[in-house]
Amino acid sequence: MMILRHLIIVIGVLAVALSVSAGLVMLERRLLALWQDRYGPNRVGPFGLLQVVADGIKMFFKEDWIPPFADRPVFVIAPMLILITVFMPFAVIEFAPGIVVADLNIGLLFFLAMSGLGVYGIVLGGWASNNKYALLGAVRASAQMLSYEVFMGLSLMGVVVLAGSFNLSEIVSAQKGMWNCISQFPGLVLFTIAGFAETHRMPFDLPEAEAELVAGYHTEYSGMKFGLFFLGEYLGITMTSAMIVTLFFGGWLGPFLPPIVWFALKTFILICGFILVRATLPRPRYDQLMGVAWKILLPLALLNLLVTGAIVLAFD
Amino acid sequence: MLSILKGIWVILLHTFRKRETVLYPEEKPYLPPRYRGRIILSRDPDGEERCVACYLCAAACPVDCIALQAAEDEHGRRYPEFFRINFSRCILCGFCEEACPTCAIQLTPDYEYAEYSRQNLVYEKEDLLISGSGKYPEYNFYRIAGLAINGKDKGEAENEDPPVDVRSLLP
Ligand code: SF4
Ligand code: SF4
Repeated sequence: MMILRHLIIVIGVLAVALSVSAGLVMLERRLLALWQDRYGPNRVGPFGLLQVVADGIKMFFKEDWIPPFADRPVFVIAPMLILITVFMPFAVIEFAPGIVVADLNIGLLFFLAMSGLGVYGIVLGGWASNNKYALLGAVRASAQMLSYEVFMGLSLMGVVVLAGSFNLSEIVSAQKGMWNCISQFPGLVLFTIAGFAETHRMPFDLPEAEAELVAGYHTEYSGMKFGLFFLGEYLGITMTSAMIVTLFFGGWLGPFLPPIVWFALKTFILICGFILVRATLPRPRYDQLMGVAWKILLPLALLNLLVTGAIVLAFD
Repeated sequence: MLSILKGIWVILLHTFRKRETVLYPEEKPYLPPRYRGRIILSRDPDGEERCVACYLCAAACPVDCIALQAAEDEHGRRYPEFFRINFSRCILCGFCEEACPTCAIQLTPDYEYAEYSRQNLVYEKEDLLISGSGKYPEYNFYRIAGLAINGKDKGEAENEDPPVDVRSLLP
């Protein structure tokens, strides 16, 4: 009975995460259009909803070309690596009381570890392409993600101090009185910025930077392999939003509505926020990006941790 | 920092703006009468073909997409035996219309002539010739230029002014 329940949860989480990230492509196009006073895709099916299906079919039937100068095995493995590392953190997120794939007591560390591994997919993809633009994109990605990971971890430590645990379920329960977005506001801001950088979304999409680097690390990819990179990016947005909800907005906590609805609602709003930021901000210069990370955000994260720790210590 | 938040807020307000897109097949934009679209051959107010097969349009065309062959009727009046425009090459520049001395060839505000096969984009004289006079309803080339028929030279008939000496107009 327990095994069946586990299986259902695992498959459910997989299916929901996949379909949400596929639908996100559509949602993003519609929302970007809305904010640019356009309509976006509205022709295929009601409200253009079948555009997702059309895009998927197109992806599958595109020629899957591996350039002769590429490093074949690595070239094939890289997109899978991205998808796997983005999928794994879903396992530790608690979507509703009891609905969690693996209730790890080091859930937060697991998430940080997985997002750290996420760099490999990009770096290997760019390296195996044997193309200077892809390599430049990959080098940027590694530097960017390494620097932003440092304070991403540190910005979360305030939450850990408040909850006294790395377990995501316990972090959610610890927010019963007050959501962390109030008590840990600096942490929320820092983690959101880091989340943008980790998913290399606009405005931090410098590894991709189509204006300078063709398409960055996935320049040479086509067909479903490119589709996996694409899916990885949208899964990353979903995952980061779910993480922010869990860590700062009380996860499934909320009155009246069932917990799962609260979780989905909060995640959806955050995803829209991601798209709104993309619609607004241009991408910064690369040295500015690195400078902000090391000179401003890292000290702020440390300061936040210090103050939180001091307050918790004083009240104990 | 503040400007970033302000920018995000401004973009958010765009949710409630009117959308600029013209939803094309359902809703069509207004095109002014002088829009350069599909080409036609017009007739003069008397219902005769205006084209005198002078080849000026074919010479002016930058992409060489007009082909025609001149012929003469029993009065010595020239007309095109065939007149062919290849719309798959036409760039709708309107040079042919500017070159035409008789206002025969005209561009119209119609752009919906897409085809599945390229061959269908080659329009023959039957497809091009319309029954009206197009953009210049009053214009009749021979009223202005004069016309010589058997036994009468240009400008000699009753109620007919002598034709303008074009050379005197030259600088
Ligand atoms: S519009 Fe331009 S390209 Fe087209 S037939 Fe006339 S001269 Fe040629
Ligand atoms: S359409 Fe005009 S320019 Fe072209 S051959 Fe006829 S009269 Fe001459």
